[in-house]
Amino acid sequence: MDSGVIVKLQDIVVQFDDEQVLKKINLDIKDKEFITLLGPSGCGKTTTLRIIGGFVKPDEGKVYFDGKLINGIPPFKRQVNTVFQKYALFPHLNVFENIAFGLRLKNTPEKEIRSRVLEMLEMVNLEGFGAKNVDYLSGGQQQRVAIARALINHPRMLLLDEPLGALDLQLRKEMQIELKKMQQQLNITFVYVTHDQEEALTMSDRVVVMNGGIINQIGIPEHIYNEPINAFVAKFIGESNIIEGIMHDDLDVEFAGKRFVCLDKGFAKKELIDVVIRPEDIHLMEPTDETINGTVETVTFKGVHFEMIVDSFGYKWKIHSTKSVAAGSVVGLTLTPEDIHIMKKVDSTGVKNVSTEEDEVDDETF
Amino acid sequence: MTKRSKVAAFPYIIWIVLFTIIPLTLVFVFAFTDKSLHFTWDNLTNASKYMPVLIKSIYLAVLATVICLVIAYPLAYIMSRKNGNSQRMMVMLVMLPMWMNFLLRTYAWMTILENNGLINTFLQSIGLSKIQMINTQGAVVLGMVYNYLPFMILPLYSIMTKIDNRIIEAAQDLGAGSLHVLRRIIFPLSFPGITTGITMTFVPAVSTFVISGMLGGSNNFLIGDLIEQQFLGNEYNLNYGAATSLLLMIVVLISMGIFNQFDNAELEETLI
Repeated sequence: MDSGVIVKLQDIVVQFDDEQVLKKINLDIKDKEFITLLGPSGCGKTTTLRIIGGFVKPDEGKVYFDGKLINGIPPFKRQVNTVFQKYALFPHLNVFENIAFGLRLKNTPEKEIRSRVLEMLEMVNLEGFGAKNVDYLSGGQQQRVAIARALINHPRMLLLDEPLGALDLQLRKEMQIELKKMQQQLNITFVYVTHDQEEALTMSDRVVVMNGGIINQIGIPEHIYNEPINAFVAKFIGESNIIEGIMHDDLDVEFAGKRFVCLDKGFAKKELIDVVIRPEDIHLMEPTDETINGTVETVTFKGVHFEMIVDSFGYKWKIHSTKSVAAGSVVGLTLTPEDIHIMKKVDSTGVKNVSTEEDEVDDETF
Repeated sequence: MTKRSKVAAFPYIIWIVLFTIIPLTLVFVFAFTDKSLHFTWDNLTNASKYMPVLIKSIYLAVLATVICLVIAYPLAYIMSRKNGNSQRMMVMLVMLPMWMNFLLRTYAWMTILENNGLINTFLQSIGLSKIQMINTQGAVVLGMVYNYLPFMILPLYSIMTKIDNRIIEAAQDLGAGSLHVLRRIIFPLSFPGITTGITMTFVPAVSTFVISGMLGGSNNFLIGDLIEQQFLGNEYNLNYGAATSLLLMIVVLISMGIFNQFDNAELEETLI
């Protein structure tokens, strides 16, 4: 991946009616990467996208594109194009004219318009749809038109605002693969906004997890999944068990009344921490003195695996396993050091509001 | 289901028969008969003698309609892009004059425009000479614009509020500056509002007699005044009045027909 930075957001603050939507966001977007802004609704991800597109002016902070300050540049002069939520196709124009819109504005010769639109239609698998009215297209087709319309301008960067939100699951999965393929073929930057963690993990080179107007964590999908920086990220990216613990020393942690060897260091001695354990990382066996012992409360078949809730001294562990154990039986849980992820209690940026979110999420699950 | 909808439609059918079909038939009958109910073309041939009056009426109505459109279009657009509260406020301000009686509003203009009216008194007081305003074509057009402007603003405004902001943003995103947004997005999407607005302004303007009577004086005798005279004036002649009405109705229908020929796509093509 090219390491050149195409868009740089510096200390961005956005306020809507006294409410801070973005609280000093800093983000470097690298050229030609597929980066996803991920977070729950109201976290500021769409606002961040709209700042890059030019539709929202930050109250504070600087936006750079290719090293040039672009705070005051209106959307129509920016080298980015957007695929809008619900597509925002022009209802008075047919498919061909929707896609040709950007070229017509530049007074492109008719012949070139024709060939480029046809090329785009082919790319998004809509050959022969040119004369169709956009209202008669299915959601998936409308979405392809929106993508073609944005890409025909050869933007340096494509912004996508929850483009798959309105599609059914099957179509969504297909489009995820297609979008990723398109991004690699065109070799341009995609900035993708979604609240769907699976979508983010599947497609992205990097994921930016946002919550409450701040960035919690930036990293490659594997890293975000395996090493969540705080309880919010851990909860938001996949399912997890979060339990309080004490870090006795480097590589030595205590939780659930047991001492474990882990791979984390750099914490203060006796520091209170949160431990994240993914449900699929927990192994079930006969209870011994070494294992965390509990009673199986419920067993639910989920297709690929069984989901079991095991009650151990009041804490309810969520476990995913391909083998089921009868409800009511007593089992032992074992963990290997690489399954144990230690997180600092307070978010690394020191912003406290993350922990309130933690509490909310905790209430739901436990 | 169909039976129920038939029952539900019944009062409206009666309404239409009583107040649309029967009166229209009567107009037809009167237009083609003389006082003893014998068929005749005389009423129509007589009415067509007043062609200059008809042409003048159409000319003034078109002028007023165009002025209304020019004023209303930007205003409606600005209103539609405001937030909820200021939108409601502005709609109310537009509607406010309509709460007052039509005659009263026109009278008010008389007292403003008269030779000894507000404006001329003011002009004299600062040492300027009087301007003849009342009893001119200008006064008639002013009266039409003032009275019918809300009928232009409201349909335009209501259609413009339906234009999703995201569509405008999408156009900007693809490289359209404000002029292009107006020409390629707002205008074609608001076109049905323009046709409605023009109809709602032009039709009452072309047939008005109150405005021309009060602000235009005897020099600005319009087709509406002609019709009024036949029904209420000294020249009482129902048959002749009906024939003139019929003529006016045909003119309106034809102009609407021509106007509706410009459909969206054509207009757009001529603009691009």
